[in-house]
Amino acid sequence: MNFKQMTKTSRDNLGTIAMLVVAFAVVQALRAGGFVNSHMDGMLVPLCVYATMAVSLNLVVGILGELSLGHAGFMCVGAFSSAFFSKCFEQSMGTFPRFLIAILIGGLVAGVLGFLIGIPVLRLNGDYLAIVTLAFGEIIKNLVNVLYVGRDAAGLHISMRDQAALGLAEDGEMIINGPQGITGTPFNSTFTVGFVILLVSTIVVLNLVNSREGRAIMSIRDNRIAAGSLGIPVTRYKMFAFTLSAVIAGCAGALYAHNLSSLIATPARFGYNMSILFLVFVVLGGIGSTRGAIIAAIILTLLPEVLRFMADYRMLIYAVVLIVMMIVNWNPKSRAFIKAHSPKKWFGRGKEDR
Amino acid sequence: MALLEINNLSIQFGGLRAVDDFNLTVEQGELYGLIGPNGAGKTTVFNLLTGEYKPTEGVILLDGKDITGKSAIEINRAGVARTFQNIRLFKQQSVLDNVKIGLHNRYPYSAVSAVLRLPSYYATEKQMNEKAMELLHVFDLDGEANTLSSNLPYGKQRKLEIARAMATEPKLLLLDEPAAGMNPNETEELMEDIRYIRENFGMTILLIEHDMRLVSGICEKLTVLNFGRILTQGETKEVLADPEVIKAYLGDE
Amino acid sequence: MVSFLNYFINGLSLGSIYAIIAIGYTMVYGIAKMLNFAHGDIIMVGAYIAFSVITTAKLPAAVGVLAAICGCMLLGITIEKIAYKPLRHAGSSLAVLITAIGVSYFLQNVALLIFSSNPKMFTPIIPMSMMTIQLGSFRIQTISLVSIAVGVVLVLLLQLFINKTRPGQAMLACAQDRGAASLMGISVNGTISLTFAIGSAMAGIAGVLLCSAYPTLSPYTGAMPGIKAFVAAVFGGIGSIPGAMIGGLLLGIIEILSKTYISSQLSDAIVFAVLIVVLLVRPTGIMGKVVQEKV
Repeated sequence: MNFKQMTKTSRDNLGTIAMLVVAFAVVQALRAGGFVNSHMDGMLVPLCVYATMAVSLNLVVGILGELSLGHAGFMCVGAFSSAFFSKCFEQSMGTFPRFLIAILIGGLVAGVLGFLIGIPVLRLNGDYLAIVTLAFGEIIKNLVNVLYVGRDAAGLHISMRDQAALGLAEDGEMIINGPQGITGTPFNSTFTVGFVILLVSTIVVLNLVNSREGRAIMSIRDNRIAAGSLGIPVTRYKMFAFTLSAVIAGCAGALYAHNLSSLIATPARFGYNMSILFLVFVVLGGIGSTRGAIIAAIILTLLPEVLRFMADYRMLIYAVVLIVMMIVNWNPKSRAFIKAHSPKKWFGRGKEDR
Repeated sequence: MALLEINNLSIQFGGLRAVDDFNLTVEQGELYGLIGPNGAGKTTVFNLLTGEYKPTEGVILLDGKDITGKSAIEINRAGVARTFQNIRLFKQQSVLDNVKIGLHNRYPYSAVSAVLRLPSYYATEKQMNEKAMELLHVFDLDGEANTLSSNLPYGKQRKLEIARAMATEPKLLLLDEPAAGMNPNETEELMEDIRYIRENFGMTILLIEHDMRLVSGICEKLTVLNFGRILTQGETKEVLADPEVIKAYLGDE
Repeated sequence: MVSFLNYFINGLSLGSIYAIIAIGYTMVYGIAKMLNFAHGDIIMVGAYIAFSVITTAKLPAAVGVLAAICGCMLLGITIEKIAYKPLRHAGSSLAVLITAIGVSYFLQNVALLIFSSNPKMFTPIIPMSMMTIQLGSFRIQTISLVSIAVGVVLVLLLQLFINKTRPGQAMLACAQDRGAASLMGISVNGTISLTFAIGSAMAGIAGVLLCSAYPTLSPYTGAMPGIKAFVAAVFGGIGSIPGAMIGGLLLGIIEILSKTYISSQLSDAIVFAVLIVVLLVRPTGIMGKVVQEKV
């Protein structure tokens, strides 16, 4: 009976986790063997960041079924709050506990913000919800850019105007310097830390999906009215999924921040463009499939590198590849063709075989 | 005391009184039919009963407790479950999972034990699976537990919706046109199933139906709605013999 | 007071440009049921076409504007045919949204290859001698008045077209129910192409106006106005043409006034915050219809 079903889902989840572990082991082996050049080496932490963001956004878009276009905002908050903490305690704490706490703070602050934003946002539906999340994402980016925080013997000084308004003492130190952001965050992010964050996020989401809570969240996606008629607390589960997703995005942001010498809230890093890129991962990965989202994130992050030999044409090719992949993956005829000719699609699991 | 007591229920949409001065008493264990021509306001009554709409006037008592104007979620927890005229399954989930979502509030465990896969997760999931399979078995759906619910044939989708509603262990089950789209054989099976769950699960059932064979075959009492108002109510046989009812269905002459 | 009026007119002018773009967004949404994220980049393409014709080829401004309109129209139809049509029955509006993002990347990168990332100085379509108009103590940029006038004329023409012509009625029919429209003998493909043609032509006009008022042109010129226009369309109630008009105007005015009187760095945040407040009060925008799901 259901035993078969349970093992099948568990097997799938184990497969995803095994895939991550094997990938990690292979990369580590290649690095030890000196097969990874410094450029590729530098890509490893961003890869983990983007894959974690894909897991986070998939929870909202694929599993809860609400379109969020502001996830870069949560990552931004996680990045700045954790970097702020690390700067404040750079001298007074050891690296490991400090970084661990920084990551938790990144997740916590983003989670609190996600909760607060979720209260108004989750009352809306469809495209209206999407545009409001986009708006919140842009507001976060904008506010971070006018935030000045400094520290001196008297404590912390905060201003939204300019550096001078802080009234910092001579020996004071700027921590967040408006549009210049935070400079000199300790470089604590390593591939191993990134991998652990990705792995933990993946396990949390997969275990949750395959449980009472996950089914309730998916029931809201599939039919909100039926879910309510069965006594599923719709609003509470929406908030839960949205907040958890923000927490994961915040942790990814912390990882991101501790990999940069200067953390600036530019549109390219934390604007809607970035949020949309995360959405591309989720949709290309097959909407709802955590594994697909991770693979899509990795492929799309590496694609520009692979295309480097194309020089100026690489982003053009990237765009064409994206359009073609979308059409091949989603056009009803090509879908039927793929289904008929190969039992295993090239990656991820589509909607209908879940 | 009656299980369900509705007094003077009305709802106004703009200038239209879709349901007007509706009264109904359903006793514990009864199988009660709500019939009437299309657009008479039957589904609106269900929507009022389940909290999808808020009534303009009137009181709804379930087991003596006032549930008027409560949310759909609260009303389900108070003991009312329903099916929908336009089937509302969780299409991207399996047949089994559809029923397990119905069991959500009956078999709780925390999100933490789900994430950490604590023993309470495994134990409760096992109980849920057993209970869900038991319900599916009633409707002969246990063989298709792992099928994606949207892949079921139409008649089975309707049955799955009943099983899912029953999973919330309601005192009162509302079925909105359960036989719509079924062939005579399927309808026959459905009638047996409805009788079976009433006997074995102690369910009180209120149903909307157009299929007169089903209505006359299993309902003990009927209320006929026409243009939002009660035309007549009483024992099935008497109601169906009422010339007013025949007129409402077949028109004048 | 005079300066306030000046800023207000600037806002109205920017708002008219947003409105023209937003109407294109809203029409495509209403009929093709998709968010065309590449719409903003069509503005950029229109501006580059006008730039090539007017500045590089030294032809009259009118030729440049006409070329921009025709070029964008063709581009819009082509994009729809190649990239969006195959996904019309994909069953997920997200799939086509992502494809639109791919198209947006594509257009930006083509522009990048042809024109490089260095911003170009756009030659305004208004001759130098007529750049400003003096009205007593009061000086107005001519382009502001032109933008407002073009905006008003376009909206009126569009309303006439939709309400009085057969293709316009066909568009309304497709917006309401594509299946029923095709059963009535309306060519759905043709109507969708027409919608993209009109929307893109308007984006081309907006591109010329935008770059005449703010004369630096880069491959990313269209992105932010595109997003703002999308916001304006939602603001007004997506799918509604009068809504897009009102949304665009309001957005332009709020943006310019908050830039002037509150903070230039926070003006975008203020625009977005107003949007959020409006949607919380009216969850389907100013002119949007509230649709209750039938149970």
